[in-house]
Amino acid sequence: MARLHTFPGGLKLEGHKTISTGQPILKAGIPERLFVPLNQHIGSPAECTVEKGEHVLKSQMIGSVTDYVAVPVHAPSSGTVIDIQKFPAAHASGLPNDVVIIEPDGKDEWLERKPLPDITELDPSELRNMIRCAGIVGLGGAAFPTFIKLNPVGRQISTLILNGAECEPYISCDDMLMRERPHEIIDGAKIMRHALNAGKVIIAIEENKPEAIDSLQALADDLDWLDIQSIPVIYPTGGERQLVKVLTGKDVPSQGLPLDLDLVVSNVATAAAVHRALDHQQPLISRIITVTGSGVRSPRNIEALIGTPMSDLIDLAGGYTEDADRLIMGGPMMGITLKTDATPVVKASNCLLVQTPADHATEAITRPCIRCGECVKVCPVKLLPQQLYWFSQSKNLEGLQTHNLFDCIECGCCSVVCPSHIPLVQYFRYGKSEIWKKEQETVKSDRARERTEARIQRLERVKAEKKALHAARAKKNAAGADRKKEIQAAVARTKAKKAESTSSTENPDT
Amino acid sequence: MTMTILSLGVLAGLFGLLLGYSSVRFRVEGDPLADKIDSLLPQTQCGQCGFPGCRPYAEALVAGEAEINLCVPGGEDTISVLAETLGREVLPLSDEHATHVPALAVIIEEYCIGCTKCIQACPVDAIVGAAKQMHTVIEQECTGCELCVPPCPVDCIDMRPIKADTSTWAWPQPQLASGVKN
Repeated sequence: MARLHTFPGGLKLEGHKTISTGQPILKAGIPERLFVPLNQHIGSPAECTVEKGEHVLKSQMIGSVTDYVAVPVHAPSSGTVIDIQKFPAAHASGLPNDVVIIEPDGKDEWLERKPLPDITELDPSELRNMIRCAGIVGLGGAAFPTFIKLNPVGRQISTLILNGAECEPYISCDDMLMRERPHEIIDGAKIMRHALNAGKVIIAIEENKPEAIDSLQALADDLDWLDIQSIPVIYPTGGERQLVKVLTGKDVPSQGLPLDLDLVVSNVATAAAVHRALDHQQPLISRIITVTGSGVRSPRNIEALIGTPMSDLIDLAGGYTEDADRLIMGGPMMGITLKTDATPVVKASNCLLVQTPADHATEAITRPCIRCGECVKVCPVKLLPQQLYWFSQSKNLEGLQTHNLFDCIECGCCSVVCPSHIPLVQYFRYGKSEIWKKEQETVKSDRARERTEARIQRLERVKAEKKALHAARAKKNAAGADRKKEIQAAVARTKAKKAESTSSTENPDT
Repeated sequence: MTMTILSLGVLAGLFGLLLGYSSVRFRVEGDPLADKIDSLLPQTQCGQCGFPGCRPYAEALVAGEAEINLCVPGGEDTISVLAETLGREVLPLSDEHATHVPALAVIIEEYCIGCTKCIQACPVDAIVGAAKQMHTVIEQECTGCELCVPPCPVDCIDMRPIKADTSTWAWPQPQLASGVKN
C-alpha cells in the first residue's frame, strides 16, 4: 500500500450510514409521471427537442445542446410528452425550471440500440463525444459534464483517481454501488483510462466500507493498472482537493484543477455510468439515491429513473415519520433544502435526507461570535472563516476575495464546530453569489458605457456630416447664384448685341 | 551664509524646472476622477439624476455641482461607494419614493407603427428597426432606462421586470436571530 498523507483540518463525524445499508438497492420502477428538467448539469441548459403530444422511446434524446459546457437529456422511459412547463427545480432557490413531463406507457420500450465497436479501438476524442452524447455528468453531486474532465488537454495523465470515499454522513449510494456492482465500476474505469490515456487507476474508499473494499479488491487482483486504496475516515476526505492531498501529498493550486498535477478525479458512480453508456448504450437515465434520515421509516438505497418525484421514493422507503419536517437533497453538511417533495430526482441527486426537528435544533440559537478560532482549526483549505464572516456581514467583497473566499469548498466543518451556531457557510455562499452578481453587473455596465459613448460619437459624426453637407450645398447655391448672374450678364450682353445689330441693319434701310 | 542661500536657490531652481518639465511631459489626459466615478455608476443612462446620462453626472459630481444621492437605479449601494470615493457624507436617496425594479423594455410588435422615435431615444442603441418597419429591443443590451417609453405615439412599449430564475438567483444574506449583535 502506498504511503498516505493528511490534509489540514477536517472533522470526525458520526456516519449514520448503516441505517441505509441494511437492504439491497431497490429498483424503483416507472412512476406515473416523469418530470425531466432540461438543466441538470453545470453549464447552459439543454434545449427541448420534443413537442407536446409526441411519443418518445426510452433513451431517446429530449434535450439537445450547442454550448461546450453542457450535455443532452434523455427520456427515462417510453411514453407521451404531455407538457413542457416550469416546475420546482432541485435547486437551492426552489425556483421553477423548464421540465419535460412524460406520461410513461408502461412498455419501457427502448430506442433501437446498435452494438459499438471495441472500445479500445476507438479514438479518445470519439469516446469523449459518446460520453457526452450519453448525457453523463459527475454523479458525486456537482454534476459537471464528464467528457470535459476526460479531456487531458495535452497533458500526460499519470493517474485517474476514482472517488469512492463518500465521506459525508448519511449518504451510502456509492457504498452500495461498490458492494453490489463492482464490475460496472471497473469496466467504466477501463474506458475512462483509455479516454485519458492514463497510466493507472486508483479507487479510493474510506476504511469504514470494508464490504465495498472487499468486493472491488476481488476483481482488482488480476489487474496491474488498478489499485484499491483504503483511506482514513475524516470529513471531507472525499473533496477533490483533499483526496488528491491524501493520496499524493500534493496540493492542487488555488483556483487550479487536479489536472495541473496530471491527475483526474471522478466519482465511482460516474465510472459505472460510463460503462453503461458505452458497453450497453444506456444514456444516463437513472441513478442510485440514498433515501435516509430520522424522518423516513425504512431508509434504503433506491435506483430511480431521472424525473421520478421525490415523494415516490419516500413511499418506497416506508413513508415519513410523524415528526419529519425538512427535506434535503445531498447530505447534512453540503446538501440543499428542498421546498417540496414533488421535486424530481435529477442527475445530481445522490441522497434525499429527511430530518426531524431534533436534527436541526441548534439553528434557532445563533449567538454572537466569541472569536474562539475553532473554525480556523477545522478548515481543510486553511482559510480564516471568522474573518470571512465579518467581511460577508459587512458586504466587504474585496476583503472576501483577498482572503480567498473562492477556495472555500463549502464543506460545512466551520458551521458544525461553531459554538455560537453561526451559519458560516450560508454567509460564504451569500458572499460568493454577491461577487458573481457584481461581476455580471460590471460586464453589463461596461457594455452599456461603450455603447453610449459609441452613440454619442455617432451622433456627433452625423451632425458634423450634416454640417459639411449644408456648407457644401450653400457653396453650391452661392456658386449657382454666381452662375445665374453670369448667365444674366451674358443674356444682357447678347441682348445688347442683338439690339446693336438690329439697329445697324436697320440703318441701311433708312 | 551666501553660499547656503545660493546652493539652496540653485537646487530650488533645478527642482522647479524638473517639476515643470514633468508636468508637461507626463500630463494625464482626461479627468481620472470623473472616469472612476463614471465606473461606479450603473450606466443605465436613464437621466433620473437630472443629467443627460451617467458620464455627465460623474463630471458634475467631480465638479461639486451635484449631490451624491441622485442615482435611483444605483440606490444605497451607489451612494455609499460615491460617499467613500468623494469623501462626502452618506445621504438618503433624494427621491425617497423612487424604487428601481430592474426591467427590460419590450415592444409589442403588433402595435408598432415603425415611427423610429424610440430608436432615437435609446441611449445605448438597443433598438433595431427602420422607418415603417417593425422595431424590436435587443434584450441583452437594454439597460431598462425607460427613455423609449414616453416618445412612443402608440404606447406599445412595456417595461417588464426581470424575473429571477435559477441561473440569476443569488443566495440571500443570512439573518441573525433577533437580539444578536456582532
